[in-house]
Amino acid sequence: MDFLRPASWEEALAAKAEHPTAVPLSGGTDVMVEINFDHRRPEYLLDLNRIELLREWEVGEENVRLGAAVPYTQIMENLRAELPGLALASHTVASPQIRNRGGVGGNLGTASPAGDAHPALLAAGAEVEVESVRGSRFIPIDEFYTGVKRNALQPDELIKTVHIKKADGPQQYSKVGTRNAMVIAVCAFGLALHPETRTVRTGIGSAAPTPIRAKEAEAFLNAALEEGGFWDNGKIITPSIAKQFADLCSGAANPIDDVRGTAKYRRHAVGIMARRQLGWTWEQYRGSGRTLEGAA
Amino acid sequence: MRVNFTVNGRPQEADDVWEGESLLYVLRERMGLPGSKNACEQGECGSCTVRLDGVPVCSCLVAAGQVEGREVVTVEGLAEFAKERSEHAGCASGACGTSLDAAKKWEAKPGQDSQTGEGVELSPIQQAFIDAGAVQCGFCTPGLLVAADEMLERNPSPTDADIREALSGNLCRCTGYEKILDAVRLAAARQERQGEAV
Amino acid sequence: MAQNTRTVPVGTPTDVTQNHVKGGIGESTLRPDGTLKVTGEFAYSSDMWHEDMLWGQILRSTVAHAEIVSIDTSEALTMDGVYAVLTHEDLPAAKNYGMEFQDTPVLAYGKVRHHGEPVALVAADHPETARRAAAKIRIEYRELPVITDEASATAPDAILVHENRDDHHSGHVPHPNIVHRQPIIRGNAAEAAKRADVIVTGEYTFGMQDQAFLGPESGLAVPAEDGGVDLYVATQWLHSDLKQIAPCLGLPEEKVRMTMAGVGGAFGGREDISMQILASILALRTGKPVKMVYNRYESFFGHVHRHPAKLWYEHGATKDGKLTHMKCKIVLDGGAYASSTASVVGNASSLSVGPYVIEDVEIEAIGLYTNNPPCGAMRGFGAVQACFAYEAQMDKLAAKLGMDPVELRQLNAMEQGTIMPTGQVVDSPAPVAELLRRVKARPMPPERQWETAGEGADVRALPGGLSNTTHGESVVRGVGYAVGIKNVGFSEGFDDYSTAKIRMEVINGEAVATVHTAMAEVGQGGVTIHAQIARTELGVQQVTIHPADTQVGSAGSTSAGRQTYMTGGAIKNSCEIVREKVLEIGRRKFGSYHPAWANAELLLEGGKVVTDGGEALASIADVLGDQSVEVEEEWRHRPTQAFDLVTGQGDGHVQYAFAAHRAVVEVDTELGLVKVIELACAQDVGKAVNPLSVVGQIQGGTTQGLGVAVMEEIIVDPKTAKVRNPSFTDYLIPTILDTPTIPVDYLELADPNAPYGVRGIGEAPTLSSTPAVLAAIRAATGLELNKTPVRPEALTGTL
Repeated sequence: MDFLRPASWEEALAAKAEHPTAVPLSGGTDVMVEINFDHRRPEYLLDLNRIELLREWEVGEENVRLGAAVPYTQIMENLRAELPGLALASHTVASPQIRNRGGVGGNLGTASPAGDAHPALLAAGAEVEVESVRGSRFIPIDEFYTGVKRNALQPDELIKTVHIKKADGPQQYSKVGTRNAMVIAVCAFGLALHPETRTVRTGIGSAAPTPIRAKEAEAFLNAALEEGGFWDNGKIITPSIAKQFADLCSGAANPIDDVRGTAKYRRHAVGIMARRQLGWTWEQYRGSGRTLEGAA
Repeated sequence: MRVNFTVNGRPQEADDVWEGESLLYVLRERMGLPGSKNACEQGECGSCTVRLDGVPVCSCLVAAGQVEGREVVTVEGLAEFAKERSEHAGCASGACGTSLDAAKKWEAKPGQDSQTGEGVELSPIQQAFIDAGAVQCGFCTPGLLVAADEMLERNPSPTDADIREALSGNLCRCTGYEKILDAVRLAAARQERQGEAV
Repeated sequence: MAQNTRTVPVGTPTDVTQNHVKGGIGESTLRPDGTLKVTGEFAYSSDMWHEDMLWGQILRSTVAHAEIVSIDTSEALTMDGVYAVLTHEDLPAAKNYGMEFQDTPVLAYGKVRHHGEPVALVAADHPETARRAAAKIRIEYRELPVITDEASATAPDAILVHENRDDHHSGHVPHPNIVHRQPIIRGNAAEAAKRADVIVTGEYTFGMQDQAFLGPESGLAVPAEDGGVDLYVATQWLHSDLKQIAPCLGLPEEKVRMTMAGVGGAFGGREDISMQILASILALRTGKPVKMVYNRYESFFGHVHRHPAKLWYEHGATKDGKLTHMKCKIVLDGGAYASSTASVVGNASSLSVGPYVIEDVEIEAIGLYTNNPPCGAMRGFGAVQACFAYEAQMDKLAAKLGMDPVELRQLNAMEQGTIMPTGQVVDSPAPVAELLRRVKARPMPPERQWETAGEGADVRALPGGLSNTTHGESVVRGVGYAVGIKNVGFSEGFDDYSTAKIRMEVINGEAVATVHTAMAEVGQGGVTIHAQIARTELGVQQVTIHPADTQVGSAGSTSAGRQTYMTGGAIKNSCEIVREKVLEIGRRKFGSYHPAWANAELLLEGGKVVTDGGEALASIADVLGDQSVEVEEEWRHRPTQAFDLVTGQGDGHVQYAFAAHRAVVEVDTELGLVKVIELACAQDVGKAVNPLSVVGQIQGGTTQGLGVAVMEEIIVDPKTAKVRNPSFTDYLIPTILDTPTIPVDYLELADPNAPYGVRGIGEAPTLSSTPAVLAAIRAATGLELNKTPVRPEALTGTL
């Protein structure tokens, strides 16, 4: 095993180009577990801790440019207004110690369906900026996850920045686990209202081979909200709309039975979370309040 | 590989480090600082919590090579660290640096009773853990102390919910946490009284 | 803050001893090891380090049941930095060990019987080298069908997990795959059932719990010049280890010198051997010190677990709530090796009735050999599983009778003088009804604590916690009660004793005492209590606790809630002999100066010899001068009897302990998530030798019971018998956000048979905590819930 310690982003890209099998190491919260338990012996470890730009964020007009290694603690503390869904998701990540080390880039790099950030990114809308010595490209979040623990990165590419749409409406995030803290998701759900475009977006975690959106549910809700004039009149969403939305979210899930939970439970829980979050976000929207921070 | 970093204010060098070694292993097996504990090595128990440039992290998940040039505070340095903080109005975090004099002080522990450790100067949180009965087997204690000390630094008057949240990454199997909560409340109260006295 | 209340003892034997030194019994003395533990300097077994030491690594079986066709170590042996690669062929002497049955191979030979069984062994200069070498060992297995439950174990054509059994239970068991069977028949249950107005039956399942102590199995073996070995390990019982280790090394016991290293929790999981023999063999083979440290994954395979159990119960009662009879069958899965399964069976059987008066019973408990992970000691030892089931039955019965569940329990509660199903008379206080009354009388915790003065809900106070799953929707509160009975000490005729060596001498003009025992301090605070007892008995302030080792006689196990009783008793006894010797020296030296030396009752107090009238005769330092007094004595509790193998009759237990809980939970009924709001405990502790430690033990035991109620379970695949969740990611134990306020109310009703009236306290709270939480969840949801842990699936119909 070799330990590569690039001092700059350019050096990191060069190292990754030279050693495409090198495993990027940032917060270490996935990679080090695999090394400690002998599940993985990469030829090269590529330490990204020295690269300052990965730990920086910038709030722009439309987007937040979030460095891949900005720790979850920073997101929770500094980006609650701009990225309420992701801030809530960040708060559910493991433990304070892990939140101090891990960042969104790690979740994306590992691309585990259980990564806590994914549903929030899917619901908010985001693009992943990846780069190699060949140049950079932007991958829409919907195209980023390609399979179980697989993503759209080329072997020589590194994740640099995640460009996330600033919230223009309420967002929520929940995850189900069998413990009240420090737990891996049995399943997770994120919801974002986008009043500017009069759309809603969703994200589901740990309930399919990859993180997914419940697109049919979104389409149904978009149409129902439009049809009922809900965006304008701010009326309470009817229970039947909420139920159908929840059922469609459940239906979008394609989970498995595993040691953490049954497929049946996951599907059920996704529906409950969807219904509740629709209630919470819509209340916030109606109250607006337009209080954009997560309620919790 | 070789790694140079600062531990409890003292520059340290580790040689022949295997690239897959964690900071925890280097502290425990190479630097004679076994206070940080090896309970799960997967970031799920907090027993190995140290401060890395002031921030509490699981040292089992930090690769040794990642700490090159950085500052680490372990439970062994906590008393001195807390003392520095109280003397310099809050600027004792690893990021602020520790003077060489302070580092030397940390080493010297005259009059220590080898059996009981009596005569050792303790930080307020360490003393509170003893006084409140928060220590049983003690394996979770070092990590909890580092985490609790950092929380009290940020939040000197925590509610019970704040304490529970801040310590939710630290498992304890002996105490049922009640006396740990007692200890943190006690340290906070003593800190407050001391603050008022100044 | 938890409100802990204490009931002042009446007429305890301790009242006659006045404490004139600080830190005697009854005080909340602080731990002597506290400072070392908070500074990180306390040396745990995994902290041991030696110049030139090697690292030991075990290669474990990847399958649960298979014949070993071949093992090829050649490639591993060629690696740089590898000093030894061993298999069963390299074992120096006895190939098997075990606490009660010598059925456990040091390294597997012939076949492997469970997932994760040690097969080969490596010593290398770095843990990574050792891991890489272990990965290069080639083992060929021929897989066998797995035995995983009672049906597959006792099928006519079942493969025998162990052929040719010759243990002490092999002669009477109905099938060789049954480790032990203990029936208890008293009265006539069938006849009594006719008097019942209501009968309830239930089938209950208790999951496999792990001790999940935080300090992994570890230690250091150092080869000695005399051909022996010095072993530094974390264990619950040095001398039991020694008896098992020495024959496997082919060494006499005196050449295996064991020293207790710091123990990072135990809870039963260190009563059996883990790495002790393996590290010693590597050290002797390589001539170098060898350190072994299991990681968390390996730890799940490195120790026995709590027996999972199936329990069938039938209870009857008259319409006014008097219990008529009870029938039960308890099946405990012992896994591949016996460990303490036979004793767990005895406990489950003899305590299956619970703390209730039932004269007509028909009880059967069996322990199985299967290919599941081996199970043995864990806090509560067989009584936990039974309590879960009989307390569920009590609630069921109360519901059927339309009675208050606490009243039903109180109506049938045993008391001093009650005869157990084994025929044993409960001959010391048994305040079962009173404990229930106390938890019930507590004020309820406030409702809706998640509501904040500001805007949103504080999710930290809600089910789901930080995961933000509910802001109060579908959250329903439930309240449940439970009470349990646990035996204290080793039962069934076991010659249970402890040894204490006490030395008294003058150092720098002050009389000081040294207490030397082999007691394993596993966190419970025995070292604190030992000093307290010595101060009280010898009237000296300075007490040194000598490290535990095998240079003194056995202290027995730190388990079964027995150490304060047993090693505490041994220290008290040895101190009394020391005191007599000191007084004898005093009489010889000073007797002619004062008639009180001959006539009065003399005590040692405040560093002086004083009369019972309080007159000081001399300082102990003057009495001793440059002499020292040393006494090493064994001490035993009153003898017990084996249970009859047909009727289960016999005075099998030393002492009984009781605790009751009230659980208040809030359940998100739609998502099936649970938050325990409060878990109040009332317990009789006999005598609180150290009140701070007593409360800490009760809170810790309560929390382990909470864990198994809602989250803890080792999940074994029934098709392969492989463990599916050997990690802290998927075997969850309660965090501080899962653990509620635990107010403790303890009584001190002295047991006249026990030193100072003490009653073992560590285990009883683990019993009643689990069923209380289950009862509260049932109350909140209206569901039956016959399995622990309660998973969200069970609460939402999504299994």
